[in-house]
Amino acid sequence: MPKVVTDVTCPFCGTLCDDLEVTVSDDNKKILSVRNACAIGAEKFNHTSLPGRVTRPRMRQPDGTFKEISYDEAIDWTANMLVKSKKTLMYGWASTSCQAMSVGHEIAEKVGGVVDNCATVCHGSSLIAIQDVGIPSCTLGEVKNRADRVVFWGCNPAHAHPRHMSRYSIFPRGFFTVKGHKGRKIYCVDCRYTDTARCADEFIQVQQGHDYELLNAFRTAARGEALPDVIGGVPKEKIYQVVEELKGGRFGVIFFGMGLTHTLGRNHNIDIAISFTRDMNDWMKFSIIAMRGHWNVTGSGQVLSWQYGFPYAVDLSRRTKARYQTGETTSVDLLVRNEVEACFNIATDPGAHFPIDAVVSMSKKPTVTVDPHINMSTEISDIHIPVAMVGVETGGCAYRMDNVPIETRKVVDAPDGMLTDVELLTKINARVDQLMGAQ
Amino acid sequence: MITCRTINQGVGMEAGKTSQKYFDACSIIEMHADDFKSLGIWKNTNVKVTSSVGSVIVKAVETRQDLYPGLCHIPMGPWANRIVPAYTYSTGEPCFKGFPVNVEVAMNEPIMSAVNVVKDACGLLRK
Repeated sequence: MPKVVTDVTCPFCGTLCDDLEVTVSDDNKKILSVRNACAIGAEKFNHTSLPGRVTRPRMRQPDGTFKEISYDEAIDWTANMLVKSKKTLMYGWASTSCQAMSVGHEIAEKVGGVVDNCATVCHGSSLIAIQDVGIPSCTLGEVKNRADRVVFWGCNPAHAHPRHMSRYSIFPRGFFTVKGHKGRKIYCVDCRYTDTARCADEFIQVQQGHDYELLNAFRTAARGEALPDVIGGVPKEKIYQVVEELKGGRFGVIFFGMGLTHTLGRNHNIDIAISFTRDMNDWMKFSIIAMRGHWNVTGSGQVLSWQYGFPYAVDLSRRTKARYQTGETTSVDLLVRNEVEACFNIATDPGAHFPIDAVVSMSKKPTVTVDPHINMSTEISDIHIPVAMVGVETGGCAYRMDNVPIETRKVVDAPDGMLTDVELLTKINARVDQLMGAQ
Repeated sequence: MITCRTINQGVGMEAGKTSQKYFDACSIIEMHADDFKSLGIWKNTNVKVTSSVGSVIVKAVETRQDLYPGLCHIPMGPWANRIVPAYTYSTGEPCFKGFPVNVEVAMNEPIMSAVNVVKDACGLLRK
């Protein structure tokens, strides 16, 4: 009899939906169906059963093909690479559990690695701004139960966080928001008329790269000062109107995404969005939340912060203390300037999502990629070590985009003999100890 | 030009980066209808997109999520990142959004697979 596993946490985006129902075959090996998940989440679960999955480590041969090797060989090669290299970039961590991170950080401390996570090319600028000006924030539960003014700025949850709108921000009925969608006013600020904008009551089309000016204008309008006629492609009348409508609410929230962090201005865009949020608290309760991408990128920031005091780009190569300086210890900069000797990628795909200059630099160094699937990084690595998928084939702790920890669940068994991230890293750690003890 | 996530990109990514779904979702450039006219490009034909870093061949499609003329969009992935400048303004974040590109007609040039785009740039592609 197939059995149904309920309350499964979805390991795709930072929304971390925890109400999935997954039907698995009675031998606990195959996923038969997934309910409640979005298109991307369902694909993630179904993907485990697709044929052609790599189940053993592979090493690249001189002719460019890959040869299967044992886990022990791969662990030995990786540990040797880590010990030999004076400075290793240990990038990724956003799609694995907090438990795996803590083992990984232990290795990084020993071998002098730079630990960086996906925030470096994602919400890194937000984290810089939060360090500068703080953040008045709340949980997604509060948004669901209280928010009656919701602003999506430079983010497109309809595509990137597909269930965010139905679980928290637009449609659900909450304790103080009994009318659901009807009781909320939704604003969308973007340079494209996105599918999220279609759900909004008001769409404000900002010229690409002019978010800082527009946010500044919002602050000015909130204080009742004069504005020029058009700011960032938006007429001043519209800005005054939106600000007045926002002030008419009781609880407002801004969700912001890559539209602010990737465009010109970067951390300054977030800085002023947070300042605008702070200003609005003179009239009402107002919060701001970053739309974190990977399901556990927030967790990586949390673990790094409580261990070393910095949320990403932590340089441990000086052994005695942790260093952090954006632009200097961030992955893309390190790679482009060729400042690392080796790369260890885990649970992410820099090959597909880093700019090509950084990828080329990575391909010229000894590189190990730990990832359940074949991707662009594995194809340019010396060794690809496949592991069980966290959140599907093994459990572990993850943090939602609003910094709420949620435990993920195991729903099916991993293919026979496959290691989990924690097991693999623990073995690498033990081998690193042996090698360093012998020196 | 800007690069963003799309839901098809997400689904393709989870289906496997070497899958046809991923190829179909990411090896495209979305442009405004006016830009098709002014550049003399037919819809659903291949174009060559060039930035300060390099160039890539992708398929030009009309956007469903409206852009304004002069702004185009390639979904995040190896094709987009082939032309994304790595300069980070000391923040760690490359120029994923808001960099100038040239779009030219390249109807007869083939689009490379995801792996080959990366391997080609890294000098690992064996012909």
